[in-house]
Amino acid sequence: MSPHLVDIRLTVNGEPVNERVEARKTLVDFLRDDLGLTGSHIGCEHGVCGACTVRVDGVVVRGCLMLAAQCDGARVETIEGVSDTGEIADLQEAFEKRNALQCGYCTPGMLLTAQELLARGGVPDRSAIREHLAGNYCRCTGYHAIVDAVESVAETRSKG
Amino acid sequence: MKPPAFAYAKARALDHAIELLGVDGARLLAGGQSLIATLNMRLSSPSLLVDINGIGGLEGIALRDGRLEIGALVRHVQAERSAEIARHAPLIARAMPHIGHAAIRNRGTLGGSIAFADPAAELPACLVALGGEVEIAGPEGRRTVAADDFFKDLFETALGPRDVLTAIRVPAATADTRVGFAELARRHGDYAMVGLAAAARADGKAPKDPRLVYFGVGTTPVRARKAEAALAGGSLDQAVAALAQDLAPQDDVQATAAVKTHLAGVLLRRVAQQLEAA
Ligand SMILES: Cc1cc2nc3c(=O)[nH]c(=O)nc-3n(C[C@H](O)[C@H](O)[C@H](O)COP(=O)(O)OP(=O)(O)OC[C@H]3O[C@@H](n4cnc5c(N)ncnc54)[C@H](O)[C@@H]3O)c2cc1C
Ligand code: FES
Ligand code: FES
Repeated sequence: MSPHLVDIRLTVNGEPVNERVEARKTLVDFLRDDLGLTGSHIGCEHGVCGACTVRVDGVVVRGCLMLAAQCDGARVETIEGVSDTGEIADLQEAFEKRNALQCGYCTPGMLLTAQELLARGGVPDRSAIREHLAGNYCRCTGYHAIVDAVESVAETRSKG
Repeated sequence: MKPPAFAYAKARALDHAIELLGVDGARLLAGGQSLIATLNMRLSSPSLLVDINGIGGLEGIALRDGRLEIGALVRHVQAERSAEIARHAPLIARAMPHIGHAAIRNRGTLGGSIAFADPAAELPACLVALGGEVEIAGPEGRRTVAADDFFKDLFETALGPRDVLTAIRVPAATADTRVGFAELARRHGDYAMVGLAAAARADGKAPKDPRLVYFGVGTTPVRARKAEAALAGGSLDQAVAALAQDLAPQDDVQATAAVKTHLAGVLLRRVAQQLEAA
């Protein structure tokens, strides 16, 4: 086998996946092109915009700054997976209700990043929400509505 | 863009990594948060990436002989939450929230930040301010390099192509340790326009032996020695004025040299207050 090809076994949204990938293929390209999971978007391809955000082994990462080859043995979750499980159904509903998305390009990354903050529990103040989302660009909404949505979910969830 | 073609190998152990790095054009891969970005931009084209993420024993944080040792693979998120770092290396603890964004902090490593040596990065300046050192393993064995000798030039360090940075060490804070940290960035988490990491010892009114280390104003972390002397002499105004001689920033996309020098003074006033606080 060419040294430029790597065999990987991982789970993606709970499903086992075995693939042979080019070493240079980034995780987000692998998800989109090889697995057809196009919910993870590609913006800048150098770590700045956050459109490619996915979860690897429980934490959010830049899909453009990790290689698929590095995901051997990993547990990868994408926006498709967390939508199907219902984990962020309340957050998605709040985004819709508060107009926290327009074109939707940033939304999968925003949702996954916000969920990481919300999963810590409690009600973060607005500046903590802004700080946590600072690595995710949105060119449409002006962020205010996104912060509103995340804050409202934090409040609802903390009431149990 | 997409990265150029390269081969990929996962190092099983430190020796294995050093062996693999002997391949012509090989490059070490840690958190990838700088390296993969530069590959995507095709700024370099290594023949082989040597992934050190699977190597055990490089992610510890431990106090040894009055020094805090932080393993190269400690991730930014781990350092940010570490009680040991908060207690024994409060300067690093203050710097951590400014480094990158949540998803980047989940992957990026302390060793990678030091090895990459971006002139606008926080940790190299902290390491110099604290008078820390770097532990290196290479083909000829292990060696220790003082932070003052480690950062050579723009993205250039004491590391050779087959060297692995295994840990950094800083003197553990004592009761009279004072630290200060401030930076200005256009977006929280991005590299600083200008930043300042400082350490000193409490001694009556003026901070004793202050080390003022700026980042984002040169090719490496830059010590402001004349300002240090003025500050030790008790004059903050003179220290701020001395920055014009200490620093020679260049215009860049973020700010002109004049703006950077002005901001350096603003930061010094903020940090001087922190150095006075117990
Ligand atoms: C949008 C964005 C914003 C960022 N903002 C900041 C910021 O504000 N401040 C900041 O400091 N950083 C910032 N970073 C960079 C981030 O902190 C990186 O994680 C860090 O600079 C490099 O660490 P890494 O582990 O990802 O290294 P990698 O990207 O894997 O490696 C970087 C370089 O160092 C070498 N290297 C890595 N580890 C070792 C080692 N143990 N021994 C020898 N060589 C090694 C590699 O060969 C490579 O040349 C940002 C990154 C992005 C994408
Ligand atoms: S595409 Fe990955 S951060 Fe922009
Ligand atoms: S909704 Fe368009 S980029 Fe955020």
